[in-house]
Amino acid sequence: MRAQFVLSETWIGLRRNLTMTIAVITTVAISLTLFGAGLLVNQQVSEMRSYWDERITLTVYMCNEISPTQTCQESGPATDEDRQALEDTLDGLAEVQSYDYLTAAEAWQDFQERLGSSNEALAEAAQEGDIPDNYRVQLTDPSHYDTVRAAVEGAPGVDTVSDDQQVLEQFFGLLDGLRAAALVLAGVQLAAAALLIGNTIRLSAYSRRRETGIMRLVGASNFYIQLPFLLEGAVAGLIGGIIASGFIVATRFTLLTQIEDWFQFDVALGTGSLLYVIGVSVILGVLLCTITSFLTLRRYLKI
Amino acid sequence: MIHFDNVTKVYPTQKRPALDGVSIDVDKGEFVFLVGPSGSGKSTFLRLVLKEEKPDKGRVHVAGKDLSRLSNWKVPHLRRRIGCVFQDFRLLPNKNVFENVAFALEVIGKPRRFIRKVVPEVVELVGLEGKAGRMPHELSGGEQQRVAIARAFVNRPQILLADEPTGNIDPATSIGIMKVLDRINRTGTTVVMATHDAAIVDSMRKRVIELEEGLVVRDQTRGVYGQAY
Repeated sequence: MRAQFVLSETWIGLRRNLTMTIAVITTVAISLTLFGAGLLVNQQVSEMRSYWDERITLTVYMCNEISPTQTCQESGPATDEDRQALEDTLDGLAEVQSYDYLTAAEAWQDFQERLGSSNEALAEAAQEGDIPDNYRVQLTDPSHYDTVRAAVEGAPGVDTVSDDQQVLEQFFGLLDGLRAAALVLAGVQLAAAALLIGNTIRLSAYSRRRETGIMRLVGASNFYIQLPFLLEGAVAGLIGGIIASGFIVATRFTLLTQIEDWFQFDVALGTGSLLYVIGVSVILGVLLCTITSFLTLRRYLKI
Repeated sequence: MIHFDNVTKVYPTQKRPALDGVSIDVDKGEFVFLVGPSGSGKSTFLRLVLKEEKPDKGRVHVAGKDLSRLSNWKVPHLRRRIGCVFQDFRLLPNKNVFENVAFALEVIGKPRRFIRKVVPEVVELVGLEGKAGRMPHELSGGEQQRVAIARAFVNRPQILLADEPTGNIDPATSIGIMKVLDRINRTGTTVVMATHDAAIVDSMRKRVIELEEGLVVRDQTRGVYGQAY
């Protein structure tokens, strides 16, 4: 009896303020979508960071006949002595975990393998010898990047030291910006949603003041009087959250998949993270709506 | 049942107290008329009994409870022991007679079977048998007030407060309403009725408490409305 009564009152309240309810649901859905997208990007960035932290390598390219840099032009292709000196340097650095030497032929082979399937034109245009022989240096800790880099840069026969991390940092910076923008927008939208919910509940309380007045007189408990209004807010929040979940899933499979495709990262967000983001968003929506309803009722519903 | 001990109530916007050191005792099973001109403090008395207002001085006891010591969350339980009837009926227009009466039980969580059993009994008690399915707008003023009384009484309160229940009803119909209130009083329920209706007070010959400017000016058993009117 209780449950049925409360639910039917909730339903009546939602239907009576249909336009306001729709406005609330829309605002909540948009804000939660932005919030969820922000969370997704956040998770993606942190997963990619740890992925790259594990794999970050320093590639030291040696000079060859066609190297365009000035140092190589002056000193000519790297000699075996240059290579030996560089290997000694690397051996002496505590920050270096290990390194591999790739001959020009091996480097070309590796390049073909990596790029061959996704960019055939570029793979075909490159010839053996275009890519100089190089050292792939594995670091004990990615934060030592700069130290190692400084030690080998400018050594005789060294052409360039690859700059992966800077490129990555720019990319991560972009994602961080995206996330911040999404979260700020989500915050503004959530504030607007809260105000809308407050107004809706206020309207609802006003249009049902006759019922609540009688309930008060015959001794209905405060909780029982308030519950339909709280549920009204919660249901609006829940529906908004469910709609937002759809958009969040869509975001996952469009925006993030695109990002992964661009950068050929082997980092896909798992279903677990997706469910986590959806769960957090829906709970946030329901809580926000319920709490706002509660605060509104304290002001506008005499009990 | 209702005990006012030197109660004073001043509303913030008014200088003159609505009730000024009033002491009243109403025993269990009594029928009391509260008379006096508008603004004499009748409604304030009723609101204090319901703990809709708090007294500025003095103590109010209702059904053995000191209301000043009753925490806010227990007020609903106090109100379950008190039925209320008003001049303007306060029925829900979108519910029929049965539903209006049942509403009072639904919202305090009574089981459906209990409601199905007691609501028809009370509807019959107030003289509306066969009209349980009518909507309020299909009923006369007197009948609507009977519905309101049924709703106030369906939970078998110890006290029934009636604030000018015949104020919107013609004299002939009022007699019927009074008979219903009398019937309820005979079940042992204490009835306190605020009224301006001299004919009714005179005909009932019950206890009369007259208020004027917040003071008790007369308290008569088997009294009349008063010579001055």
